Amino acid sequence: MGTVLARIKLLLVILAALLPAAGCSSLPQAVPAGALPLRTYEDVVKEGMSPMFEVDDSLEGFNRGVYRFNYYFDEFLFRPVVRTYETIMPDYAEERVSSAIDNIGEVGNLANNLLQLKFKAAGITVSRFVINSTVGVAGLWDPAGAWGLRRQPEDFGQTLGRYGVGNGSYLVLPVLGPSNVRDTTGLAVDSAAFTLAGPAAWVDNAAITAAYTGTSAVDRRHRIPFRYRQTGSPFEYELLRMLYTMKREDDVAN
Amino acid sequence: MKRFIVLFFLAACFPLAPNAAAAPQSYFYPFVNPYEATVMELPRNFEVRLPEKVPSREFTLKVFPAREIPPAFWYEDGLVCTLAYQNHRAPLVFIIAGTGASHNTPRMVKLRSALYQGGFHVISLTSPTHMDFVVNASSGLPGDPLDDARDLYRVMEMAYDAVRDTIDVSGFDLAGYSLGAFNAAFVARLDEEEKRFNFSKVLLINPPVSLYESVAALDQLLVENVPQGMEQFDAWFRSVFAEFSHVSREVGPGSLSGDFIYSAYKRFPPNEENLAALIGLSFRMSAANMIFTADVMNGGGYIVPRNARLTATSSLTRYATVSLHTRFTDYFDEWFFPNRRHREPSLTRQALLARMSLRSQEAYLRNADKVGLIHNEDDIILAPGDIDYLQGVFGGRARLFPTGGHMGNMFHPDVVSFMIDFLAGKER
Repeated sequence: MGTVLARIKLLLVILAALLPAAGCSSLPQAVPAGALPLRTYEDVVKEGMSPMFEVDDSLEGFNRGVYRFNYYFDEFLFRPVVRTYETIMPDYAEERVSSAIDNIGEVGNLANNLLQLKFKAAGITVSRFVINSTVGVAGLWDPAGAWGLRRQPEDFGQTLGRYGVGNGSYLVLPVLGPSNVRDTTGLAVDSAAFTLAGPAAWVDNAAITAAYTGTSAVDRRHRIPFRYRQTGSPFEYELLRMLYTMKREDDVAN
Repeated sequence: MKRFIVLFFLAACFPLAPNAAAAPQSYFYPFVNPYEATVMELPRNFEVRLPEKVPSREFTLKVFPAREIPPAFWYEDGLVCTLAYQNHRAPLVFIIAGTGASHNTPRMVKLRSALYQGGFHVISLTSPTHMDFVVNASSGLPGDPLDDARDLYRVMEMAYDAVRDTIDVSGFDLAGYSLGAFNAAFVARLDEEEKRFNFSKVLLINPPVSLYESVAALDQLLVENVPQGMEQFDAWFRSVFAEFSHVSREVGPGSLSGDFIYSAYKRFPPNEENLAALIGLSFRMSAANMIFTADVMNGGGYIVPRNARLTATSSLTRYATVSLHTRFTDYFDEWFFPNRRHREPSLTRQALLARMSLRSQEAYLRNADKVGLIHNEDDIILAPGDIDYLQGVFGGRARLFPTGGHMGNMFHPDVVSFMIDFLAGKER
């Protein structure tokens, strides 16, 4: 199965295994001894406060390096590809692609809803898959959504969180962006399941799986409105880390 | 930044939704609460129609080619500006963004489209308070209107030089909104001496009168509206985030468009304190970005240790926290004023505050027929008496709207018509 997907999965597994070691490299020393600024952290943060920017990030030096890599990757490769896709495809066709990819993704949602014993959400997911695969022509349209059956997105990171697994350190993944140790593990498991037992295995055709992987990557980027540097903030890394962490806490809780 | 934060959390925080009262005469604006007006993006059908696509291109200026950019700002590589161009001879308008905003924030993109549609070439400039400007084009600490005007003027000259061969220009105009309007007044005055552009028209859209009073008022919105005070800021922020997530789940997935927020607004009765606090927060974040960047670029000593070596992988988290907990007034008193006084030993605090006010330009503005004003009577950045003062100074060159908050109505058809007519010299 020498597919792109399998390689991504492998990369993720290797990353998850290697990162704790990479994290040992300490951050560059930012504060020269004995040269305190006028306003210090200690002046501002009183006891009992939990500053919102502070997230467990024991791999920060490594993460910031990957963040920089992602910025250049996005700027010079990923976004140009996505822009070309957006230029070639009419909006209507883009929406059909997104819809079809979401439909295939229902398999993962179903598995994770079941693992979390969310049977009502699992039922909705099955109904959506059946309706959209048939009436919606292989998921190109989303009639189920129009009838009030909303997507019930769940992934294995959320499932782990549901059973009390903590975030672990924040982690910036190459290309994929913000994550944490728990969610990266979840992503690896979801990808493995998709490849070994999910739709990729049913089709069992390397070319089709590779095409799917490429298309879904472009579609995913197309749907994320985030652009590097658009925050206009020197603290963009901190902002993203904080918002990602809050969002995932919320996803797990709901 | 401002929009990023405000739009992100807006859906959770609407004040008690009053029904839009009937506005006098033809001008109708759906949000009569000035906080709402300030942050609500107008639903499309209340907005002027703008062209989908405008012929434009970005270009980058190396304002100080020898300047060494600290490695912490590894992504900075010159000051980016945008040119929107007509394919015929036309006047060129420079537009200056508001606090913390760049040349391509959505508001600047819309303003560019509106002016392009009105028949102008347009060069969009990033605010001197945005980190890109501070890193690439500021000569010192941002915030001194005279220095900022000189920095902007230098950028404008370089920007025009960069594009002059590709466009046919019949004359020059200048416009800015919010802090950018305040900057524009000082640039217009500078141009009277330097005469490089000889602006035909200068339009100020919702400027503050006193910079210090306006930013202090915006900061108060945050300080006074976080329940249990700023000690509980982080807890409050988390709760607003949770509320936002709840609303976006209920309303359904949607981009943070005006229509999405409007539908959230109609469905969820909101809370005025949160809305005011968010306006204050978005301003506080813009200030934090500027203060930290200016400190690093000027060798540190305020938030960053003097001569700290911040690399691309250095953690900035603690500086982010300190910056976010720094009020603009703290920056002014603890760092900005002492710095200025070091340069001009006779400068008093009062004199510096006076310089940071449009009143310091009153003699010029009163007689400059080329300078016009658009403002709203309920703009939250104005102090009591400011509107009467502006009316007195600008007289018939002022167009005041009863509602609209701080630039909420900027793309209302009546406002856009006034902009275009004034810049084209067709004002009634």
